[in-house]
Amino acid sequence: MSRELPIPANGLVVLVGVTGSGKSHFARRHFTPTQVVSSDACRALVGDDENDQSATADAFELLHHIVRTRLRRGLLTVVDATNVQPRARESLRALAREQDVLSCAIVLDVPREVAAARNAEGRRLPPHVVPRQHRELKRGLRSLHREFKRVHTLTDVAEIDAVTVRPERPWNDRRELTGPFDVIGDVHGCRAELVGLLGDLGYAVEHDALGRPAGARHPGGRTAVFVGDLVDRGPDTPGVLRLVMGMVAAGTALCVSGNHEAKLARVLRGRKARIAHGLAESLEQFAAEPAEFRAAALEFMDGLISHYVLDGGRLVVAHAGLKEAYHGRTSGRVRAFALYGDTTGETDAYGLPVRYPWANEYRGTATVVYGHTPVPRAEWINNTICLDTGVVFGGSLTALRYPEGELVARPAEKVWYEPVRPLESGGAMDARAPDRLTYDDVMRVGGVETRLLGRVALREENAMAALEVMSRFAIDPRWLVYLPPTMAPAATSARPGLLEHPAEAFAAYRSMGVDQVVCEEKHMGSRAVVVVTRDAAVAAARFGVDDGTTGAVHTRTGRPFFRDPATTEAVLDRVRAAADAAGLWDELDTGWLVLDAELLPWSLKARELIRVQYAATGAAARAALPAARDAVARAAARGLDVGGLAARVDARAANAARFRDAYARYCWDTDGLDGVRLAPFQILAAEGRTWAVAEDHRWHLERAARLAAADPSGLLAATASRVVDLADADAEDAATRWWEELTAGGGEGMVVKPLGPEPDGRRVQPGLKCRGREYLRIIYGPDYTEPEHLERLRARSLGRKRSLATREHALGIEALDRLTAGEPLWRRHQPVFATLALESEPVDPRL
Amino acid sequence: MLLTISTTAPPATDLGFLLHKHPDRVQRFDRAFGTAHVFFPDAAPERCTAALLLEVDPVGLVRTRARNTPDFSLGQYVNDRPYAASSLLASAMAGVFRTAMRGRCDARPELAAAALPLEITLPSLPCRGGPERAERFFGPLGWDVTATTVPLDPAFPDWGDSRHLNLTLRGELRLADALNQLYVLLPVLDEAKHYWLAPDEVDKLLRAGTGWLTAHPERGPITRRYLNDRHTLVRTAFARLADTDDTTEETLDPTTLDEDPTPDDTAPTAAAAIGAPTDITPAPDAAAIAIAPGAPDTAAPDTAAPDTADAAAAADAAAPDDDEASGATDAAAVGAPADIAAAPGTALAAAIAPGAAVGAPDADAAAADADAAVPADIGAAASDAAPAADADAASDTGSASGAVGGVAGREVVAVSLAERRLGAVVAVLRREDAARVIDLGCGGGKLVARLLQDDFFTCVAATDVSWRALEAADRRLRRGRREGGRVADVFQSALTYADERYKGYDAAVLMEVIEHVDPPRLGAVEDVVFGDARPRVVVVTTPNAEYNVRYEGLTGFRHADHRFEWTRAEFAAWAGRVAAAHGYRVRFEGVGDDDERVGAPTQMGVFTR
Repeated sequence: MSRELPIPANGLVVLVGVTGSGKSHFARRHFTPTQVVSSDACRALVGDDENDQSATADAFELLHHIVRTRLRRGLLTVVDATNVQPRARESLRALAREQDVLSCAIVLDVPREVAAARNAEGRRLPPHVVPRQHRELKRGLRSLHREFKRVHTLTDVAEIDAVTVRPERPWNDRRELTGPFDVIGDVHGCRAELVGLLGDLGYAVEHDALGRPAGARHPGGRTAVFVGDLVDRGPDTPGVLRLVMGMVAAGTALCVSGNHEAKLARVLRGRKARIAHGLAESLEQFAAEPAEFRAAALEFMDGLISHYVLDGGRLVVAHAGLKEAYHGRTSGRVRAFALYGDTTGETDAYGLPVRYPWANEYRGTATVVYGHTPVPRAEWINNTICLDTGVVFGGSLTALRYPEGELVARPAEKVWYEPVRPLESGGAMDARAPDRLTYDDVMRVGGVETRLLGRVALREENAMAALEVMSRFAIDPRWLVYLPPTMAPAATSARPGLLEHPAEAFAAYRSMGVDQVVCEEKHMGSRAVVVVTRDAAVAAARFGVDDGTTGAVHTRTGRPFFRDPATTEAVLDRVRAAADAAGLWDELDTGWLVLDAELLPWSLKARELIRVQYAATGAAARAALPAARDAVARAAARGLDVGGLAARVDARAANAARFRDAYARYCWDTDGLDGVRLAPFQILAAEGRTWAVAEDHRWHLERAARLAAADPSGLLAATASRVVDLADADAEDAATRWWEELTAGGGEGMVVKPLGPEPDGRRVQPGLKCRGREYLRIIYGPDYTEPEHLERLRARSLGRKRSLATREHALGIEALDRLTAGEPLWRRHQPVFATLALESEPVDPRL
Repeated sequence: MLLTISTTAPPATDLGFLLHKHPDRVQRFDRAFGTAHVFFPDAAPERCTAALLLEVDPVGLVRTRARNTPDFSLGQYVNDRPYAASSLLASAMAGVFRTAMRGRCDARPELAAAALPLEITLPSLPCRGGPERAERFFGPLGWDVTATTVPLDPAFPDWGDSRHLNLTLRGELRLADALNQLYVLLPVLDEAKHYWLAPDEVDKLLRAGTGWLTAHPERGPITRRYLNDRHTLVRTAFARLADTDDTTEETLDPTTLDEDPTPDDTAPTAAAAIGAPTDITPAPDAAAIAIAPGAPDTAAPDTAAPDTADAAAAADAAAPDDDEASGATDAAAVGAPADIAAAPGTALAAAIAPGAAVGAPDADAAAADADAAVPADIGAAASDAAPAADADAASDTGSASGAVGGVAGREVVAVSLAERRLGAVVAVLRREDAARVIDLGCGGGKLVARLLQDDFFTCVAATDVSWRALEAADRRLRRGRREGGRVADVFQSALTYADERYKGYDAAVLMEVIEHVDPPRLGAVEDVVFGDARPRVVVVTTPNAEYNVRYEGLTGFRHADHRFEWTRAEFAAWAGRVAAAHGYRVRFEGVGDDDERVGAPTQMGVFTR
């Protein structure tokens, strides 16, 4: 049986040996090429010659960079360099410390002659080099054991070939355990509550001969995970330890160390410490226990490690929490962070240290569960949760069912210990800012991962534009859960006098394999997204908004529709009442809804634009064209040949009048909410479900119609629609005739969408708009229908617009998915921000 | 699209000779933007009317424009250009009636030289400022002006009137003068041109303005608007106008400000008042020197132009930040006294500098100007009065020192509110011993530039969410960055997003920033500044709404982008709550003249911990 060399699986292996000792050979034999970072290779990279000693400094700079990067990324890294000088080793050990990983040394101490012979064959370094290295090696061997926790020395050439290396994962790495788990908060000697909670969680508690709880087992095979601080302050620290030690020994529980275990163990070992914070109670209780139990408890507490990485890396448990860079790492400061947390160096009004609010900044994907700081309620902050609900102070003992996410709490039987700081004051949590967004969240991401489309990239200049709009004009990001995507028009029609026609939309979807589409009337108002909660309590609990607002009504760029918050609330009241009457809350089992809608009239939001651009154009035409017509007519009356001028001026006048009628159709006066219409057409999301992709448009329109019908105030309006089977030519004709009727009077037209829900993999346009001939005068100008203009306008390119619509659709669904999944605000905000950024991509605004 | 010119001078049909167009023919001229037609609706001996009808090609107009076309509306398919009398019509006129505009008529030379009874109609003239402005611009030229407004849409009376006028001019003028006046005034009234200004734009103006522009009481505004407020061009034009016409004084039109609105002692008035001192030692060469800085620009307008355009763009971007607007005033106030001090008696310089500075809508351009102008002036004046004032100090910051130095310390210059605010902030930072300072919401960087002049401040940083404002700040700070290395960073960020780059400073300044934040978003800003960045000192200034009654004619807020303006009590309540929540103490100071009843115009909260 050959010798086995244990090495740290995500740490640093430093090979030590003179030139010619066979390090590279050893490395090749036992490690993959990418795991090995060789000084010779680095020398060659920066100097074209692995023997070019003048490149040594640069080569080592490169080597250190590679080593640091690999270690940061958690990869096993082997350094193939002589490393005979303590200074060289120290710089490598510093890198391991910096990245909080373990390191070990493997020394290849082959006979001097062997190395010299090898050098003479291959390398041809000056002959004096190897002996000098050898002297340095011998001198350094003594200190090596002080430098590294683990040193493997191989002196025999045969042995070097015969050994095997065995990567050892850190003790905290238990990612192979997938639970399910019940993570339990700080117990602090409250044995009765613990037994009660375990019962609540479905564990069968086992007792020892004296009838004391000494173990517990879940019939479903669940594992309990204790976040530490089992001991001190409470009435029965030994009892708690007995129970938990039994569970850990039986494999039905895991336990990480709390700061109280660490201190109690120190004191039990006879070290001096200040007897405070409930330590006295523990010592008193321990005094009544037999020596064997004391010894067993001490051994247990001593053996507790500082954190566990579980469930494939998706769950991390540490007593005081753990920032992402420390997950699965091993060092003194990792342990200190896990046990004590970080402090800001300040103290609060009660003289207690102010905790550094690491959770505010936590952006990791792993769920971090911890205790340590008593909080009134267990609340999620950026995928982290503190379960210390202060049972010993009269609060409760809380458990988190993982992966279910369900909280189970057992109230304290009494106040066992008076807190220095009132539990409800939340003083320690002053620094908590669960909804704090950072610049890096939106500007340093480069793109957003979406379920529908993979990564949607963001250009920096677009993100910069979005940052300005978002911060200066948009509503509170907690309400800004979704921005609607842009929509491309159907392919340009070749029919005389038309730019757009439904036939192209139907053809497009037919060719993409869509069987049924829905045609929805376009209202020509302003796109509006409505977020409405059942009441302010839902707003606070689900959206974290506690300023009394119960939702939002915003534009497609995230601005509030109404300057006056009272108007917004008035709209929300009516929507809420309609949802009540329509029974939507119960039907969808939700306390909130996100609706996609159109708000009318157009002039409500766009009045200034209409005045300055559209009406002004109409006014200029109205003033100029009659005068022009008169001048031409007088010239013609004199017998001059004015050619086609008269007819052209007449045509311009007629077109200008049609243009004026086109925009005026969408303008009417409103007074408060009188005259305002809100036409919802999709229920984007509700609690736990992204309805936008869960149900077809018939489902959505049916519920939108029910909302409108249930609103006695007249605010909510229905959206006319029809479903078309694309294999049925008659149905298509009927829909086309419907479009012609809608648009003949200047109506905006319709949107054609796959009836849905679409399979994720199918990349079709989420919708195509078919705008009416008269309406398009508002877009392309009064005279666009003149043949010479129309011909040129047909040469419009739709590719960019379609690509944009697809990407924004994917971002929109991603935003809704993250919302319904209850993800942290920074995650919910990213796709919304990205949509706004994409909106600043240069695309023909008329499409 | 339509211009008609009628005369009743018998035989009226001679109009055809004057215009070089036969009254019995219909002529068409193809232009880049459409087709011009000239025909005569009336051609009788007693009355003859020529019509210029321009058929604009709206699609061609959009399709041939670059994205950054100077007249924004041209990038839109929906615009009034096909119907309105704009620079397109002026340009068509210049092509079609070129000879007539030169006053040449070989067939009827005496007619071309004579004033004729003329009637001109423009049924759809875009005119910002309404009938009054049309009257102001055309009236002094001898026209009897009839202008009626065109309602935007008769069905929506509360939308009001459009900016288009139905204009008729009647008067006895030389036809060439009439045409030239229209050529200049159409784009001036419209305040838009369809083309980029070319280097010869000043020449065009002076040529078309011969004989009437220099005597026009509105020549200042006309020149500036014709030249799109392009600073160097305007200055050149003024200089050449003054040269050609022996003008003695240029009338300034009062500039409306976004902030510090028109109390008697604000900057532009101050500049104008100082413009007339007579008791300062003449410096005969100063006139030439004062113009000199402009000369290179004029000589090489191609290279100068992009810079100016940039500066103007930056000003646009920065416009929501009221400091920029008031900044222009500062520069005007400072630039002007310095110039004038150097060259009294030569009204020329007086005419140029204040006009230029006030006309420029942005502080940066004005500051750049002052940069160029001031050293020369001070050089000229230094011999007798000026202490060796740092040219930078005078030009860059609007510090009164240069100006006061220039007038031999005799004049007490009224300092603008923006200037006093800068002074107050700097003073409080020194008092709090805050040597490392970050300006949150720096705009064009005036505060940071000011801090860099004071060696007390060892490290300064500036941030704003507006990229274009930052570019202006960066330009302003480039020198400081090169020399002292004291500029830590100039970067884009948003105050509603926590940012590691905010950390590490003794003090953060939010000068006239919070009132640009929507009230529901203020909580996020508080959390980011007081909860996360947590500098030892935070200085917040904001308008005192109570003081607004002291601004005559001010309705609403002091700036269009202000989301709120607080009374002293409201500010104190907010500041007190924020301080308590984040462990700061706060004290308050007023900035500007303290009014007994309504307090100072600006209020300042100093947060410390």
